[in-house]
Amino acid sequence: MKLFRAMLARELGLALRHGGDTLAALLFFVLAALLFPLAIGPDPKLLGTVAPGIVWVCALLAALLPLDRLFGADFEDGSLDLLLLSGLPAFAVAGAKAAAHWLVTGLPLLAAAAPVAIMLRMPIGAAPALLAGLLPGTLALSLLGTTGAAVVLGARRGGVLLPLLVLPLALPVLIFGAAAPAAVAAGQSPRAALLLVTALLAAALPLCPIAAGAALRAAVE
Amino acid sequence: MLQTEQVAAFRGERLVLQDIDLTVQAGGAALLIGPNGSGKSTLLRLLAGLLRPAAGRVLWNGEDALADPPLHASRLIYVGHLDAVKPGLTAAENLRFAAIAGGGEIPAALEAMGLAHLADLPARMLSAGQKRRLALARLALSSAPLWLLDEPTLGLDALSVARFATLLAAHRASGGLVVAATHLPLPLPDATEFRLA
Repeated sequence: MKLFRAMLARELGLALRHGGDTLAALLFFVLAALLFPLAIGPDPKLLGTVAPGIVWVCALLAALLPLDRLFGADFEDGSLDLLLLSGLPAFAVAGAKAAAHWLVTGLPLLAAAAPVAIMLRMPIGAAPALLAGLLPGTLALSLLGTTGAAVVLGARRGGVLLPLLVLPLALPVLIFGAAAPAAVAAGQSPRAALLLVTALLAAALPLCPIAAGAALRAAVE
Repeated sequence: MLQTEQVAAFRGERLVLQDIDLTVQAGGAALLIGPNGSGKSTLLRLLAGLLRPAAGRVLWNGEDALADPPLHASRLIYVGHLDAVKPGLTAAENLRFAAIAGGGEIPAALEAMGLAHLADLPARMLSAGQKRRLALARLALSSAPLWLLDEPTLGLDALSVARFATLLAAHRASGGLVVAATHLPLPLPDATEFRLA
């Protein structure tokens, strides 16, 4: 546990030192969401209906951005060998990376999601359901993304392969996550959709670090 | 005691190691010697548990070393041919994680490799030799008994090699083991030479 915390501190320290990468994902999220009113027109009724979906798609794509370099730099400079030889099991190394990815990317996206949704004229009443879905949703995306990044590590065109691998896996999270605020807007309870997103997180939480850990061990061989 | 029994390993499709029987006693040292591509780095990675042997066993004090990779990792330090130095962090910050894992003191480790005056300098300002010294400083941070070194003195000046020799001697005097792959003469008196074809 002490080592896990130390590794998390190392990851966060590195992310802070390269703050531009962190900011890039957040700015991408805001800018991508901004494109929609420009493309579909400023009709508040139409925008309000699609706003939760836009926020979810943009959050998903923004969370993918830093995945390419999640393990890449450590793999190339030999740090990954040392992390795997630090005494931490491989799944804990992957878990710490996923936790760092969420803290550095998921959490800022969560903070920016409500203002962006309201800018897109989403009814304010749907905001709690949107955020309640995004909280487990972004956590699950970080776990799935970490697994994908570990699997494509060392592949020649890993950057291209990564979204192709992660996006299909992220579809259930997207479907149920975006369904929660839509249910509120339609006057129904978002409970079922939120429970399903949380269930997906509960499944990803043990499975993804194990799969990612195995992929990391295979990558350094 | 570190021992390998009839170990074989593949690198991609190619069989680079076969029938390797290597024994290193406590306080002993083995020098892996051989031309480029003869499998020196592969053998070191295999001893570290980063690579699974295709055949044979790696034994630590007579027991299968690779049965529990995190446990095996805790008794060794691996210095690969890459320095694993993060250019954005200072020299001292680069050692922080290894210090927590190994339990050593960062200033003492930097001093051991003559880097104390560069502690607060971002690692991107360090020269290739200084980065190598920073990678070697990790050795002074832990009391792990097994050191696996891949070309440890590449790019080091004479004074740094002498400092490294002090580290090596102290490690062996306290019963530590060293396995090193090298093309350069290393300050390892009475080390066993192990030739790889």
